[in-house]
Amino acid sequence: MPVTLTTKRCFALVDCNNFYASCERLFRPDLKQKPLVVLSNNDGCIIARCALAKQLSIPMGAPFHQMKALLKQHQVAVFSSNYALYGDLSNRVMQTLEQLAPKVEIYSIDEAFLELSGLDFCQNLTDFGQQVRSTIYQQLGLPVCVGIAPSKTLAKLANYAAKKYPQFEGVLDLTEPHKRLHILARTPVQEVWGVGRKLAERLQAMNIDTALQLARACPQQIRKKFSVVLARTVNELNGIACLTLDEVQEPKQQIISSRSFGQRVKAKAEMQQAITLYISRAAEKLRAQHSLARQLSVFIRSSRFEQKSRFFGDQASLELESPSNDSRVLQQAAMQLLDRIWRDGPAYAKAGVVLSDLCAVQGLQNSLFTPPPSERSQRLMATIDQLNQKHRGSVFIARQGRDGNWQMQQQFLSPAYTTRWDQLPEVC
Amino acid sequence: MAATPLFASEQRPEWLGAPTTDAGRALPMFLNTVAAGFPSPAQDYLESSLDLHELLIKHPTATFFVRARGDSMRGAAIFDGDILLVDRALQAQHQDIVIASVNGDMTVKRLLLKPEPMLQAANPKYPSIRLDDSLDFEVFGVVSSVIHQLKR
Repeated sequence: MPVTLTTKRCFALVDCNNFYASCERLFRPDLKQKPLVVLSNNDGCIIARCALAKQLSIPMGAPFHQMKALLKQHQVAVFSSNYALYGDLSNRVMQTLEQLAPKVEIYSIDEAFLELSGLDFCQNLTDFGQQVRSTIYQQLGLPVCVGIAPSKTLAKLANYAAKKYPQFEGVLDLTEPHKRLHILARTPVQEVWGVGRKLAERLQAMNIDTALQLARACPQQIRKKFSVVLARTVNELNGIACLTLDEVQEPKQQIISSRSFGQRVKAKAEMQQAITLYISRAAEKLRAQHSLARQLSVFIRSSRFEQKSRFFGDQASLELESPSNDSRVLQQAAMQLLDRIWRDGPAYAKAGVVLSDLCAVQGLQNSLFTPPPSERSQRLMATIDQLNQKHRGSVFIARQGRDGNWQMQQQFLSPAYTTRWDQLPEVC
Repeated sequence: MAATPLFASEQRPEWLGAPTTDAGRALPMFLNTVAAGFPSPAQDYLESSLDLHELLIKHPTATFFVRARGDSMRGAAIFDGDILLVDRALQAQHQDIVIASVNGDMTVKRLLLKPEPMLQAANPKYPSIRLDDSLDFEVFGVVSSVIHQLKR
């Protein structure tokens, strides 16, 4: 009988557990057994909870001022969001993953997809997942869960199950179909990647309550009644990979523009140009979804897989004085960050920018403390976007100054342990 | 810093091609003036400048910096205000100087595994800490270098 070797697609989703809360705990061993929450900007709402805080049924997104009594009663440690710390640790997680797998797609600040196609020929996939988990825990002190499956949608689902059911010890390999049935049958349909609450309600009206029922729905019918995207989800749930690495839409909370260079970059002027291009792309996406960003990161790195030279990579983040989607403001800030991390010598293989801590343009205009972006700036950017849609790259703007000196409220901000010399953790 | 156009042309991304400019690069060690008609004999020996990161940090993503306080490790040449490089990729071994958390406090001490597990100060003023089950103990990382600045 002839032997046919077909390489099945295989993806892993690595997701940090309660990422912000875990970051806050890293240099605070005194909080190891204590509940902890992280607040959004201006200490508005609860945006992250450690496992212990979840057990206290402190709701996600709850306004801080309403929760004060409960938090105090249970002696919950409260932190303002420290994006300098989260950004640095996120960058370390991603770089560690790049050492473990050749293809990595940074999906969000705390999630990455790995492509593992072909790996099952040489290694047990669950063992690989455990290796990822233990490496990140030892080197960075951050717990992660790993979901492995033949499609990205299933990898997401495997990750969800790995987090939910402790018996998997943080790693679940769903490459075998019979295991998949078991998990899909127990997963509510709204937990499927890309199925929001509204979509779930419509599906439930059609008696599709679980991921398994969605997987068994007829893709053509789904396509007709819903969308191509959901029909693709049905295929993905059946183990047919429709999405490849890098292809999915960016999540709304964060916009990343990053790319590996065709040829290594060695001159700073070229890097500035690349970063400027990424900024303009990211800012366009930001405006397309009517958001503003407060946090901006820039990262540069040489290749991991080149024997000749030593690896070098670094990243820097800053917080804008007020949220913006103005390309000029973002570009200027990005150049400052690049100045901070740039080093002559390395042959750079990859660079990128991350816009995070996003908020809606609409919501901000009603806010008391944050100046809304000027209408002129909004109009100018809209015009640029229009022109660039017709003729990509046809509009150039010179850099421009920035005003405003508004500081936001961060009453419970932890030190920038990993990014400021004057804020290093102290030991006796 | 050279002014760069904001919207670099998609059709002509210069950074994809060969480097076109060397602006801003650090001076190499053997840069010589060149006599016309005769190439510099050092030209074939160009090297990049020395990099402390390369010397001190073997695992960049797993290395954290912490600041030492107090005099409990003066016998190991760690003084108040020194910066310690902590490599979490290293497995702690007998006699290593480690950062550890003991009952919620971060401390720097010498780790002894023999004859019994112990954290030992490098100063007779401080008692050693026996690592028995009553303590909540965890190694944060192994100290790989100490930076002691003479002029701050």
